[in-house]
Amino acid sequence: MDNHKNSLTDISYFPGCSLATSAKENNLSLLNLCRRLGFNPVELDDWNCCGSSSAHSIRSELADDLAARNLFLAPAGRPLLVACPSCMLRLRHMYIHLRDDEAARGYYEDKWNISFDPNLNILHFFELLPEANLPNLAKDSEHPLNGIRFVPYYGCMLARPPVMSREKNYYGLMEKILSSLGAEPLLWGYASRCCGTFLSVARPDVVRPMVNNIALGAKETGADCIVTACAMCHLNLEIRCDLREPVPIFHFSELLSLALGEDDHKGWFSRHIVDPEPLLRSKGLI
Amino acid sequence: MQTPENIWPSTYQLVGSASLHPPYNWSRGDGRTRRPLPVTRLLRTPRNGGIMKKENYSDLGETIKSDDSDFQFASEVKKRSGTDFNMCYHCWCCTGGCPFSHAMDYTPNGIIRLVQFGLKRKALESSTIWLCVGCNTCSTVCPMRIDMSAIMDTMRQMALEEGISVAEPDILNFHKEVLHSIEHYGRTHKLEIMLRYKIRKRDWFSDMDVGLKMLAKRKLDLMPSKVNDIGEIRKFFTDVKHKT
Repeated sequence: MDNHKNSLTDISYFPGCSLATSAKENNLSLLNLCRRLGFNPVELDDWNCCGSSSAHSIRSELADDLAARNLFLAPAGRPLLVACPSCMLRLRHMYIHLRDDEAARGYYEDKWNISFDPNLNILHFFELLPEANLPNLAKDSEHPLNGIRFVPYYGCMLARPPVMSREKNYYGLMEKILSSLGAEPLLWGYASRCCGTFLSVARPDVVRPMVNNIALGAKETGADCIVTACAMCHLNLEIRCDLREPVPIFHFSELLSLALGEDDHKGWFSRHIVDPEPLLRSKGLI
Repeated sequence: MQTPENIWPSTYQLVGSASLHPPYNWSRGDGRTRRPLPVTRLLRTPRNGGIMKKENYSDLGETIKSDDSDFQFASEVKKRSGTDFNMCYHCWCCTGGCPFSHAMDYTPNGIIRLVQFGLKRKALESSTIWLCVGCNTCSTVCPMRIDMSAIMDTMRQMALEEGISVAEPDILNFHKEVLHSIEHYGRTHKLEIMLRYKIRKRDWFSDMDVGLKMLAKRKLDLMPSKVNDIGEIRKFFTDVKHKT
């Protein structure tokens, strides 16, 4: 076991506010997954909020500062793993800005007396997956997720501002990875529909019908569950869906961790508002 | 009147020009043509899911006079957002893709049109700039790759600087509470954000069930997660920067 631990590659890890608090189940299952894939995520020391939607909405320069601080905190020579698509967008957007704009880079370099690392590799956890051979890592069978019919929900993580339109695109990755583990992906029209983000608080009247449509869309395809890569989407889909029979929603990391045979899932699923355990039990997964 | 380049000239006939029309079929089927509608009518979001019915454009009261236009406005938005919105040819793809366009008073491309015309007040008073969450769906479908999210950010901030009345005060209050939390902890503390937002709004009972469910499922931490070097974060809030 110790040998196994030593062979893990250290990577910096930026959890972000959602995973650190309201979506701990996402965080725990993701950390499990990373270790199984041979990485040791080291939490970025003293990280701060990326600014979320609010900073760039009403104070752009603040959004720059908040994102920049995280980038300058990242130790050199290690990739920076980000779990939340929204944080990813903010951090990568700022990275591109700093890389291309000498004045902005100089401003922060003088401020903190640290030189900017233009080779900083900001990774979304999706980028760890294509290299990994997940069916081989699975414990008992090669297709542990047999029988699960799911619809993938990317939310707005595939949509980016034009300056980032040439960045890596992850469309189809959830389907590919989960189907390699035996689950059956279904096609639907809501895979990249926005979940409503913060309007869920200020304008629930707008978000509720949107979320209900997404849930109904999933039901119409005959899916058992929705799989999402974003903790924010997960929360909105759970709290704003008022259908009589809500659809269980999984974090992508939860299903992957479960497939690889992690057994501390009790702590994850008890944090779901829509209980996914009956579904998993009926498929013989727990 | 001063007319900077890339802006519609002030002599442009704004009302009744064919190029202003969205792709609707104007023929009445009886050989007569309908009277063209004023610009702002056309850019308002149809309330019935995109189909223009007679009752939606029966009110022809609102017309735009070019005298009202502020031609500095367009160049300011262009400069601050770093986005050339004059590339927009109003294909309405952004509006078709926008998940919130039904709730907005002007369509997303309608906002661009108002800016192009220099109609500062109308643009900054709209609910559209506040309902936009920056999901970037519009920029992704835009054939001209216009960064709509950057334009909306700029306009929101301009509206605040100009002290223009905010069409969606709840959304602004929410943003303020999130920033308040970041200023104090360096991270967002959801429970406090929600409580302070509710106090501001004097609305205790809506979403009580959701809040209790989230507490029961341990989705709302009682104590905030904090940054150690909070002085650094607070400096971001107080410093007035002069970046080149």
